[in-house]
Amino acid sequence: MSGHAHSHGAPPSSPPDAGSSSGRLLFTLAFFGALAGGILAYTYQKTLAPIRKFAGEKVEGAVKEVLGAPTKLDTLFLVGNKLSRTLPAGADAMEATKAFVGYNDKGERIGIAVEEVSPGFANDVRLMVGFNPSTGALTGIKVLAQTETPGLGDKIEKDTTFTKRFTGKLANPLQGTKSLTTDPSTVQTITGATISSKAVIKVINKAVETWKPRLAAFEKEGGQ
Amino acid sequence: MTTELETAPAAAEPIVIGAPPPQPLSMDFWRGIADDNPVLIQMLGLCPTMAISNQVSNGLGMGAATIFVLVFSSLLISLLRKVIPTEVRLATYILIIATFVTISDLVMQAYTPVLSKTLGPFVPLIVVNCIILGRAEAFAGKVGPVRAVADGLGQGLGFMLALLIMCTFREVVGSGTFLGHPLFGPNYEPQVFMIMPPGGFLTMGLMFLTMGWWGERKKARLAEVAA
Repeated sequence: MSGHAHSHGAPPSSPPDAGSSSGRLLFTLAFFGALAGGILAYTYQKTLAPIRKFAGEKVEGAVKEVLGAPTKLDTLFLVGNKLSRTLPAGADAMEATKAFVGYNDKGERIGIAVEEVSPGFANDVRLMVGFNPSTGALTGIKVLAQTETPGLGDKIEKDTTFTKRFTGKLANPLQGTKSLTTDPSTVQTITGATISSKAVIKVINKAVETWKPRLAAFEKEGGQ
Repeated sequence: MTTELETAPAAAEPIVIGAPPPQPLSMDFWRGIADDNPVLIQMLGLCPTMAISNQVSNGLGMGAATIFVLVFSSLLISLLRKVIPTEVRLATYILIIATFVTISDLVMQAYTPVLSKTLGPFVPLIVVNCIILGRAEAFAGKVGPVRAVADGLGQGLGFMLALLIMCTFREVVGSGTFLGHPLFGPNYEPQVFMIMPPGGFLTMGLMFLTMGWWGERKKARLAEVAA
């Protein structure tokens, strides 16, 4: 640089990019934004079906597991605070709260499977709970989602001896204990994961408490 | 960076300020894996490295998603480097990166749902992984598409390599398994803290310690040879 004030004749030190107009900046961003939006809309549409299929399969698998392989399943939807066999027009079956009633090959009702959730040690614990609505006896449970401590609290999902302990227990309501038990209304918790274990018990009691009267009311009205 | 301008020959490409010096393609690729490894040397992307490195399967999934995003965003950014005005380049880069991240997130949700669930928010968070924006700004935005892809692939593989080192150590010690297969039989008591955050910090510290020791040793050897 020469260092003199009147150097207007094409200084070599001027930046190579003299700056772009606002219009061009705006156009660039708008163009890339629209392009990204279009590509993402296409990808979303293409992946929606497999994502939903997996979610549906996961729920169905859990229902079958907690009801002990039913031969026939009825899906009931929660509309307002009442159960119904049909959804109001325009409602999304994937998003609706559902209960699944399972029957064995003789047509007898095995039980009802519902999803319920309650706070655990770290975050919400979501369970699929299967139980016999007339006796309150559990047919099985499955943890659908949990973020409990790895190695301790996550045993509620990974330790199958724990989840199997619940089968046949009576949830009217169910209680937890730290020692071995043969009492039908008490279940042994996991050592070192008392809060997570209790969260499971809480979800089960909540499920039985809220869904038993709902199903009773539904059946009293003729089950339609 | 300024001294490199002198070594750059008068190529067909106009000189871009701060552009990486011309190199053989194999060097562009290899640099990201070894000499300029994003995690081990540049210390970038430590957050996902720490968070998801408790299972080898996580490392493979996260590595693959990052390589996909890195390669395609590098390619696109390099191709468009003369079209994108300097003033809005970062916004445009992020837009391009976010698009590829969302694609990989949706595809993982659809076709590897279990992996997608364990990785949780860390796939969408690839958008803010500084490795990717770092490569876009330092490399892909200043060179041709072939070099940009080679660099993206190398840096991505380097990231995956560091992830797998951490994942393997933490899973083997913390769960007694490798890719879910039990290694030590039923009598092994897993060191659970290794798969929790403290184990992550410890493993990362040990990894950097090893890297430092390696570097010191290399330096000492060179000094010995010179003497």
